[in-house]
Amino acid sequence: MAATKLPAVDVVIVGSGWTGGIVAKELAPTGLKVVMFERGRPQDTVPDFAGPQAHDSLKYSRRLHMVQDLSQETITFRNSMDQVALPIRQHGFYWPGTNVGGSGAHWSGLTWRWSEWEHKMRSGTIGKYGAGIIPEDMNLQDWPVSYDELEPYYDKFEKVCGISGKAGNIRGRKQPGGNPFEAPRRNEYPLPPMTASHVMTLFDKATANLGYHPFPIPTANCSGDYVNPDGIALGQCHYCGHCTAFGCEANAKASPHFLMLPLARNNPNFQLRTNATVVKINLDPDGKRATGVTYVDARGREIEQPADLVVLGAFVTGNVHLMLHSGIGKPYDPKTNSGVIGRNYAFQGGGGARMLLDKDSYTNPFMGSGALGSWIDDVNGDNYDFAKAGYIGGGGISIGSNSGDPLTFHPTMPGQPRWGKGWKKAMVDAYHHVAGISHQGAVMSYRQNYFDLDPTYRDAFGRPLLRLTFDWQPNEKKLMTAHSAICQRIAEEITGRKEGGAGMPRSFGRFNSGFYQTTHNTGGVVFGDDPRTSALNKYCQSWDVPNLFVLGSCVFPQNAGRNPTGPVGALAFWAADAITKKYLKRPGALV
Amino acid sequence: MNEKPATDRRTLLKLAGFGVGMAATPLTAAQEGHGGHAMAAPAAASTASAAAPTPGYIFLNPDEAAFVEAFVDTLIPQDEFTPKGTDLGVAVFVDRQLYSGWGNGDRMYLQGPFQEGTPEQGYQLKFTPNQLIRIGIADVNDQVRAAHGGNTFDTLGEGDRITLVTALEQGKVDLPSVPTRAFFNTLFQLVMDGFFADPIYGGNRGKASWKMIGYPGVGEMYADKIAEWRNRPYRVDEPLSIQDMM
Repeated sequence: MAATKLPAVDVVIVGSGWTGGIVAKELAPTGLKVVMFERGRPQDTVPDFAGPQAHDSLKYSRRLHMVQDLSQETITFRNSMDQVALPIRQHGFYWPGTNVGGSGAHWSGLTWRWSEWEHKMRSGTIGKYGAGIIPEDMNLQDWPVSYDELEPYYDKFEKVCGISGKAGNIRGRKQPGGNPFEAPRRNEYPLPPMTASHVMTLFDKATANLGYHPFPIPTANCSGDYVNPDGIALGQCHYCGHCTAFGCEANAKASPHFLMLPLARNNPNFQLRTNATVVKINLDPDGKRATGVTYVDARGREIEQPADLVVLGAFVTGNVHLMLHSGIGKPYDPKTNSGVIGRNYAFQGGGGARMLLDKDSYTNPFMGSGALGSWIDDVNGDNYDFAKAGYIGGGGISIGSNSGDPLTFHPTMPGQPRWGKGWKKAMVDAYHHVAGISHQGAVMSYRQNYFDLDPTYRDAFGRPLLRLTFDWQPNEKKLMTAHSAICQRIAEEITGRKEGGAGMPRSFGRFNSGFYQTTHNTGGVVFGDDPRTSALNKYCQSWDVPNLFVLGSCVFPQNAGRNPTGPVGALAFWAADAITKKYLKRPGALV
Repeated sequence: MNEKPATDRRTLLKLAGFGVGMAATPLTAAQEGHGGHAMAAPAAASTASAAAPTPGYIFLNPDEAAFVEAFVDTLIPQDEFTPKGTDLGVAVFVDRQLYSGWGNGDRMYLQGPFQEGTPEQGYQLKFTPNQLIRIGIADVNDQVRAAHGGNTFDTLGEGDRITLVTALEQGKVDLPSVPTRAFFNTLFQLVMDGFFADPIYGGNRGKASWKMIGYPGVGEMYADKIAEWRNRPYRVDEPLSIQDMM
């Protein structure tokens, strides 16, 4: 370990995605020497996302060229502690980004504010239903930041990204056309909603008939040209249908690679080092202070970069791995439910129904974007009586017009052939007429769902892999089953048929890591008010090592029934504010 | 306010080029008349592009190539919608993919120890995709030889091939060296990808599958069309591929 030691800098940022990008943009103008590390390669809208190769679905949707290289880093997985965890060898249930911009460069763009209840799930649940509703093994925890505290930062993130949507509640006044369950917001969305597709109009009508309240999903796919408060131009979305897993050639999909990094790089005191994997956070001898990081460059050389302040902005799994491998904070022990690093991991629930529309109903499935869709929030969060339904939490139910690229979308209905004679006819009959209703469900945190280090497998840098132990619990199985039934009911309302294609019932057995579901992982380095149950204080600052901040959805104590990027972005601005306005003036614990 | 990054202007110029010249005229509702599906069929049937010679194989040896060709044409037979898969370059696509970085498992985690794992733990074999396919082909042919008097899969009649592929799909055949479903699913996915991927990869010759289902290709932009064509069949005469726009 004779690592080369570089001259010290003020700040090291690990990762060039949303959180790292936001902190870099906010810190670079202070004049501090800031170095950002990105494990992947450089990429930019031009030339990397230029047409026509930008729409190469084999490269991006199937071979996942913007997703992390598993030969370098992966995790091991098991459903329960009595099993031997084995490595994720091929891309499975989630797609963590790599290269400049991280997952922010290839995401879909659904941009939510989490509800007031979703910021205080424990006290909010107990206040309404009593403590008895919470199962003994459920580690339900409040956020240490309320919705009201975070509201200005949600507002800021929306303005920077040019979010397109319709407000449902401006300063307490309900707005027609928006989400009636939305928490009060100070401003309307920066851009109006995107243009609705045919299937969205079907969903809107059917859900309204059923007494629900549909509204357009707030998206980071711009409904029109937009210049953000930093003077960066975003283009109008082309509805080209090559969005999720792709970079955007129009800069219509908000991404840190063009919204944050160019602004940071305008400052000569900021430097981005690509193809550079941070493998460890270094500590002083008593373990109370980070002295910098060790990284491995493209040639495989190990290099030490001393710094006064370290900000972790890697993906959930990357942040948790670095904390455990560097020995920061007490590792979580599921047997005693004590310790904090690795605690409160949660995934996100799915389910839904597929339907075959009438022959004269044309979806034009290729017209769409990553986030184009309609949604109902009636059975999400605590917008309804979930206790009566028999579980805690809820989920969003939606229809989307996202991609019709035949490589990944050539559906036939259940029971029809998937090759050979009759298959092509079934596909031709279905392609312009199939639609799906989806459920995105909250997942609570449990003692038995957690991260630690694997005892057997190692990554390309010789470190033990991160080990994930996770399974669906009864609460989530009940929720997914009930909400899939709601999806089916909506599908039946749309088609007017009970059978013959309306609905695709799903059963929920053990969680399967082998196929893609969503990238929305949460927890592992959670924030809170109590150092016994959280790794970070309300500013996302480590309780144990005050010159270390950790950002991203790894700080969420449990997952919600909506996408995480809104609060991920808002919390990055919130933490950056705390660093520039409080920490830099008086370095030390902020709480 | 900060100045706009210099790349923005270049982006716009690039984008302008991207959209130009690809606005094939969609069929009007009146032209479309007898239903969207019927429009695609005549075009598809004429897309044999039979003139294009089949290039040689790189990864597959002649026995393996014969197996893959027979497998491809069993999954994608000639019918009123498209020519058979081999005439669309799908077997060549499979060969090229197996020879690629992906085929060699370049971004997979391939460190041991290896053990079978639970169904929830995903792929746990030590094989790269091209090893899995190569070994699986040999396994299947061994079984066919034993059961069909020395014949290999590619020399079976259509009915026998369909029966065997069905059995492989359902995991009803035990292969000695590779798990049947892992072999079938990997080869199945590759064949489907060869049928649907952009022709730049060597399959989907003449954009036959795109024409078949009425996919307008990868060059279209719909910001000004999504409302206008809502619930109306949007079709183009000639879908545009990456190759068409290079």
